Amino acid sequence: MHRAELLMAVAMMALSVVFMVMATDLPIGWVPGSGPGGGAFPFWLSLIMLVAGAVILVRELRARQTGRAVRKPFINRVALLDIGLVCAAVVATIGLMHVVGTYVAIPLFLVFYLRVIGRHGWSLIAAFAVVTPIVLFLFFEVTLRILLPKGITEPLFFPLYAFFF
Amino acid sequence: METLALLADGFALSLSPLNLFVVVLGVTIGLFVGAMPGLGSVNGVAILLPMTFLVPPASAIIFLGALYYGAMYGGAISSILLGIPGASTAVATTFDGRPMAQQGKAGLALIAAAVGSFVGGTLSVILFTIFAQPLADVALAFGPAEEFALVLLAFTTFVGLGGDDIPKTILMIVFGLVLSTVGLDLISGQPRLIFFDLPGFYSGISFLVLAIGVYGIGEILWTLETTRGKAPVTTARIGLRDLWAGVRQLSHSVRTMTFGSVLGFFVGLLPAAGATPASLMAYGMAKTLSRKPETFGKGAVDGVVAPETANNAASTGSLMPMLTLGIPGSPTTALLLGGMVMWGLMPGPMLFIEEPGFVWGLISSLYTANAFAVIINLALIPMFVWALRMPLTILCAMVIVLCIVGGYAPDQRLHDVWLIAVFGVGGYLLRKLNYPLAPLVLALVLGPLMEKAFRQALISAQGDPMTFLERPLSASFLVLAAVFFLLPLLKGLRRRPADAPGRTP
Repeated sequence: MHRAELLMAVAMMALSVVFMVMATDLPIGWVPGSGPGGGAFPFWLSLIMLVAGAVILVRELRARQTGRAVRKPFINRVALLDIGLVCAAVVATIGLMHVVGTYVAIPLFLVFYLRVIGRHGWSLIAAFAVVTPIVLFLFFEVTLRILLPKGITEPLFFPLYAFFF
Repeated sequence: METLALLADGFALSLSPLNLFVVVLGVTIGLFVGAMPGLGSVNGVAILLPMTFLVPPASAIIFLGALYYGAMYGGAISSILLGIPGASTAVATTFDGRPMAQQGKAGLALIAAAVGSFVGGTLSVILFTIFAQPLADVALAFGPAEEFALVLLAFTTFVGLGGDDIPKTILMIVFGLVLSTVGLDLISGQPRLIFFDLPGFYSGISFLVLAIGVYGIGEILWTLETTRGKAPVTTARIGLRDLWAGVRQLSHSVRTMTFGSVLGFFVGLLPAAGATPASLMAYGMAKTLSRKPETFGKGAVDGVVAPETANNAASTGSLMPMLTLGIPGSPTTALLLGGMVMWGLMPGPMLFIEEPGFVWGLISSLYTANAFAVIINLALIPMFVWALRMPLTILCAMVIVLCIVGGYAPDQRLHDVWLIAVFGVGGYLLRKLNYPLAPLVLALVLGPLMEKAFRQALISAQGDPMTFLERPLSASFLVLAAVFFLLPLLKGLRRRPADAPGRTP
């Protein structure tokens, strides 16, 4: 917990420095007659962010010295595995949406999630993996006219487009 | 009288078949969302906002308002039947709701929660109806200087009253504000903070992307960790006779209800407070004022009634500054505000003049939403018992799919979906370390307004910063903001507090 606390404070401070450097692309000072420049708002707020991060960091370091630091683990081990798997699955799904499209990526995600995390039976998994993309297609593409990414599977949808539009 | 005429016109809009249908749908979905452990109104609104493109903007907002109300009712269901709060706003409901369920009085507890929610919701909507127009009239006099001061005031309430770790609260506020500056500079139109030169950042970071990330993906990760063990569901059956007996028993709780409604409404007005603290305060007050305080925590009906009236009243309370001033009173109303801006309905005093039909239609829909929520809530109790038995993994999988596809839909960019994943994981980690997330979301929504008001005020004053102090209203807001900001310092001087870990919404 304590180490995570330190890491987060440092990460937030690093992020604020990045923001400050990027903000200097636009004037960060006072433009006479009209107030602050375009970079001023992000720059000075990032500075406050840096200070707030530093306060948290110093406080945590002092807590370590006085031995008051919280020693309980940050995430419990069993949950960590599940959380890692879900994060990886989400990243893989979004990545796959670029390549093979929504209608392959989403069922794959459902199969993975319901099987590996949920340990459900195959008949239930199959039902969800088939029904979900159909509902998504009918709702987004047919009703809202929002085309979801299809990647290389796009040509397979031409007959459906022809039918619905 | 004029208000009544406007409200009557409003009913003409909200009672149209489409709007009546979206209210019923919104309330029903809201009840289910609220009843699911972990998911509350803010998650429901964040995840389902992209789905509302289907209907005209006014109906979409009415739908989300009904969803918000439904979720407030629904939170009590899992508090009582599972002993796990359906949302943080229903934490106080578990104190007496769970003991009642264990004593076999789950039905009475559910009736008390539903009726309490109805009374709290309705009384607060009446207060809302009375105060909305006068407040909007006052706000008409606001210029950019006052707007800036008011937003600043909203943020300082988090520091003074939020109850979370103060450096972390400040960090989250400014982080949200900095994220809101990504994209094109409002005044000069030049690009700034374009990370990795990705073209996706030119249009800025949408509030929806942050909200879906934090309240969708982040919430699922949180739920995965916290609700690993399965809690036993208590069954409840409610017949007409139980209903009648319950309502008769509730006649003793009139005082608690009135008091919870008024308290909740006014606590809900404050951006940093809202439904969770309001319900806890109402519970505490009900216990103090009760003739039998020893029954609290052991299944007192008033212990369910008080928090449920207060949290519903607070959710209405937080709608009022959002609609009249354009300053949301809670994360959920911040999302509603973001949605309204997206549909070109800019909340604030001008909305009352330009779109009175919409404003009063929305207000009147809150009355119908309350009426439907109490009926649907009581009628569908067997359905909720069934839904709560559904494995949580199915719900989690569906929510993640909705987050991914719903995040893509508004602007049709996978860039946004990637950001959702980043915010989801980041938000989860921040929440684990007790960084408050509500100020982050509010800051992202209010950031552009704050910067624009600040710079416009200075431009019209030829760059003279004294303009903020020379205008009486703006000056008084700033003084009040300074008081809120210094409040924790003053408290700290009185007694050195122990390092208490903060709460997370």
